[in-house]
Amino acid sequence: MSGTRPEDMRGTRPEGMNGDGTLRTARAIVWARRRAAMASFWRMYRAQRGGMFGLGLLLIITLITLLAPYYTDESELRASNAPGGRMEPPSSEFWFGTDQTGRSILLMVIWGARVSLQVGIVAAVLAVTMGTLIGMSAAHFGGWISWVLMRLTDWFIVLPSLVLAIALVMALGPSRTTIIIAIALTSWAGTARLVRAQTMAIEGRPYLERAKALGAGHWHQMSRHVLPNLMPLVLASATLQVSSAILSEASLSFLGLGDPSRFSWGTILQRAFLSGAISSGAWWYMLPPGLAILLVVLAFTLCGRAMETVLNPRLRGGK
Amino acid sequence: MPALEIDDLRITYRGSRGVIPAVRGISLSLEPGDTLGLAGESGCGKSTVAAAALRLLPPGTEVSGRIMLGGEDILTMSFGRLRAVRWAGASIVFQGAMHSLNPVHRIARQVAEPIVLHEGVSTDAAEKRAIELMAQVGLPAWRARSYPHELSGGQRQRVMIAMALACSPQLIIADEATTALDVMIQAQVLALLEGLVADRNIALIMISHDLSVLAETCARLAVMYAGKLVEEGPSHEVFGHARHPYAQALSAAFPTVGDPAERRNPHGLAGDPPDPAALPTGCSFHPRCPVVMDTCASTQVELRHARSDWQAACLRVEPMAPAQPAMLAEEKHD
Amino acid sequence: MGYLPTTPASESPLGDSGAGETPTGTSRPTARSDFWRYLGGRLSGAAVSMILVLFSAFFIFRIIGGDPVRAVVGDSPTTPEQRQEIRDRLGLDDPLGVQFWDYVKRVFTMDWGTSYVSTGAEVTDLMWARLPNTLLLTGTALILAAGLGVWIGARAGWKQGSMFEKTQVGISLTLWSAPTFWLGMIVIIVFSVKLGLFPVNGMRSARGVADGFLPELLDVAHHLVLPAFTMAAVIYAQYVLIMRSSIMEEKGNDYLTVAKAKGLRDDVVRRRHAVPNAMLPTVTLIALQFGAIFNGALLTETIFSWPGLGLLFYHAIKIPDIPLLQVLFIFFAGTTILANTLADILYRFLDPRVRRSA
Repeated sequence: MSGTRPEDMRGTRPEGMNGDGTLRTARAIVWARRRAAMASFWRMYRAQRGGMFGLGLLLIITLITLLAPYYTDESELRASNAPGGRMEPPSSEFWFGTDQTGRSILLMVIWGARVSLQVGIVAAVLAVTMGTLIGMSAAHFGGWISWVLMRLTDWFIVLPSLVLAIALVMALGPSRTTIIIAIALTSWAGTARLVRAQTMAIEGRPYLERAKALGAGHWHQMSRHVLPNLMPLVLASATLQVSSAILSEASLSFLGLGDPSRFSWGTILQRAFLSGAISSGAWWYMLPPGLAILLVVLAFTLCGRAMETVLNPRLRGGK
Repeated sequence: MPALEIDDLRITYRGSRGVIPAVRGISLSLEPGDTLGLAGESGCGKSTVAAAALRLLPPGTEVSGRIMLGGEDILTMSFGRLRAVRWAGASIVFQGAMHSLNPVHRIARQVAEPIVLHEGVSTDAAEKRAIELMAQVGLPAWRARSYPHELSGGQRQRVMIAMALACSPQLIIADEATTALDVMIQAQVLALLEGLVADRNIALIMISHDLSVLAETCARLAVMYAGKLVEEGPSHEVFGHARHPYAQALSAAFPTVGDPAERRNPHGLAGDPPDPAALPTGCSFHPRCPVVMDTCASTQVELRHARSDWQAACLRVEPMAPAQPAMLAEEKHD
Repeated sequence: MGYLPTTPASESPLGDSGAGETPTGTSRPTARSDFWRYLGGRLSGAAVSMILVLFSAFFIFRIIGGDPVRAVVGDSPTTPEQRQEIRDRLGLDDPLGVQFWDYVKRVFTMDWGTSYVSTGAEVTDLMWARLPNTLLLTGTALILAAGLGVWIGARAGWKQGSMFEKTQVGISLTLWSAPTFWLGMIVIIVFSVKLGLFPVNGMRSARGVADGFLPELLDVAHHLVLPAFTMAAVIYAQYVLIMRSSIMEEKGNDYLTVAKAKGLRDDVVRRRHAVPNAMLPTVTLIALQFGAIFNGALLTETIFSWPGLGLLFYHAIKIPDIPLLQVLFIFFAGTTILANTLADILYRFLDPRVRRSA
């Protein structure tokens, strides 16, 4: 960490300038530094081919998903309004064929993206927020609080997450909210461990020692000094977390614990499985939703790994 | 035939920080039984010379010149021949013995490994030899069953010396072999190494930033600065009456052992070592030189003879004879 | 140094010289008691985790919705009296405290109750009957994944930046991104339905095979191929990535330069020196993935109708068969905790830096 820190600015305040002015100057400097950091982050990120590929893929998928209402007709998703025949193989009209009620598989996959992505992203954000709060608390407070939090973290890391998530969804009743909660509850622990280690490293830095000596409160230390430094790591972790959250959602839906009112990619695969698409060889029923999951998960994973590589020079190539 | 003859060695690293000339034309020669101390600040290229002697440089490094080991050129030999020459022809006592020993293998196994490899004997026979070697460096036989972390720093360094002797090489290079040790242990290890190479007529190159240690152990001293030799001559002359201002500063400095700051910046010398990626023009020492002249920044200065067995690369040194490009080997035995 | 916390931090020259001639490894008596304290700590930690599992199993499965009586009787007509009798038998109307006390007593007597569906069948009997099948599948998948994954991962990490490394990382990331159950579906369609090389599902042929041990063994092996490879694929990908980064962490170490300087061939340096060291962090990371193996087993067995614990769990979800789910949950979690604890202790024995040599 180089550059002038806000605290240093106070000493050099010119005569007659009010406190507000100083603060704004200090903020401006902080922001300028963050902007520069972000620019250099982006420069290093851009050098990673995998990361750029993932980012491009995500942009395309986002566009397809968001623009769905403009180029497709949602009403055709209702079984009563299905345009095609039962289990038709791919044709020029239905690129990926139809399901057992005659609905277009392609249409289902496009609309299924909404649930899959929404659940994946919200669950990941929730999990990473939990993990960050718990990890920071464990590192900052120490003592028995830290001990209890870390035991709990280890417990969640070790347990079979899918089995636990299934139990939770069954207990709370299947709905989109409960799936999100179940996934978040079973996947925050990895982030907590990472954040705890990083927080301890940050708290050892001299400027934080000084902030503490100057009487900065817990909240001030955390929000002003620790969290901004944690942010890149947390973002990378969240990106990777989206991948596993999407996979978890797919698994839960496949096992019949998905949101009953809307279908996601996992639900489509469940319906394919139950309709006997495997033994009838209806590959078009299961290939598209599975590939969609694979591509989205791969895209988030590539982005997350590229971010990690930028943050951790040891992972960077070279000898 | 010299044990080692280095002729106009130039090494350039190509990395993410651009092109870095680490060694810029060095010539050295050692007969069997000779001891040479190679001194200089961190980053002057002395460890690069050691790594080059066994072709251990990272891939992509540019090397030119010749490194003749027992009459064969290390730089051009086949990989198969190179593997055969490594350790059997020349061995290295690496700096930082803690990290130079594999933490999960027992000591005896590590010392015996090159014996098995190069002499084709059984593991048992090689480990017996390893225990004998360890006895010669003053380690009890039961230590052979230990793991590296169970030994002290000094003991580990002895293990490294035993390992270096394992295949009776013609040349041993000791790269900062004693830097990490405290003064008492350092003296013991140095005496041990000195005795062992003298007994076996092995040529020894000792690399250190500490001129005083080198002067005690080695017959001749060479001082490196920014990838070049700036002074070379008999130990007592170079250490006591150095001609090059940088060598003078080094010998005036009695660094505190183990203080990393001392390694980078000897006493009485202003400024930092030059950035190898952007070297000063002329004599690369001129920005830090206490007796700098106007011509220093513009004149490339080569080694010149102050005496038949003593040379320095400084414009203030009056050349003894008509300045001839230095080939140390020629002046070796007068 | 990127070592795990159990290994000593990198030593500065000062730290080393300060140690002088005394061994840096601690002297023997305290080392021994260190180990016992470590063992005690690990075991009590595992016990606390297990108690937490038992508690959560009670509360989670007590609040699961659905009508247990309906689950028990199915669609057959019942009188209110019969229904009440079932409720009483299951203790559904008792206060929560009484139910919990009941549960604790049953934990200590290892009495996990009877299944709702297979009336009268002890859930533990159902579980033990299926366990060998799951062990066969997961064991095969694990050996495949660990063997191949560690080998390929080590080679990839060693040749960082090479075409081989890039390809292997690409394959692993893709396999990791694929949902296990979808991979299974595709594999069945391609290799069973289209090519007819392997059975579609199950563990034995329905029509039976010639009597005798060998034909039966071959029949099971034939059924095992697809599910084992499907389950191995995802785990394999993780092991490749873990082993690759462990090797990359090791690569800068001086002892590898020494090994090279000794004249060892590059692949010998890797196998003899780099891999044993990189294996240590890998063991720990692999241990943390034990839970994921059950996730994979659950999905793979469902797709392939492999009659193991995962399929049992899947069918129990559908009912829902609470006592069966409960005991399976406890079994999965308990096994994972046990395996993890064993791996942690094993690590102490594998690493000479923390092991106490006799």
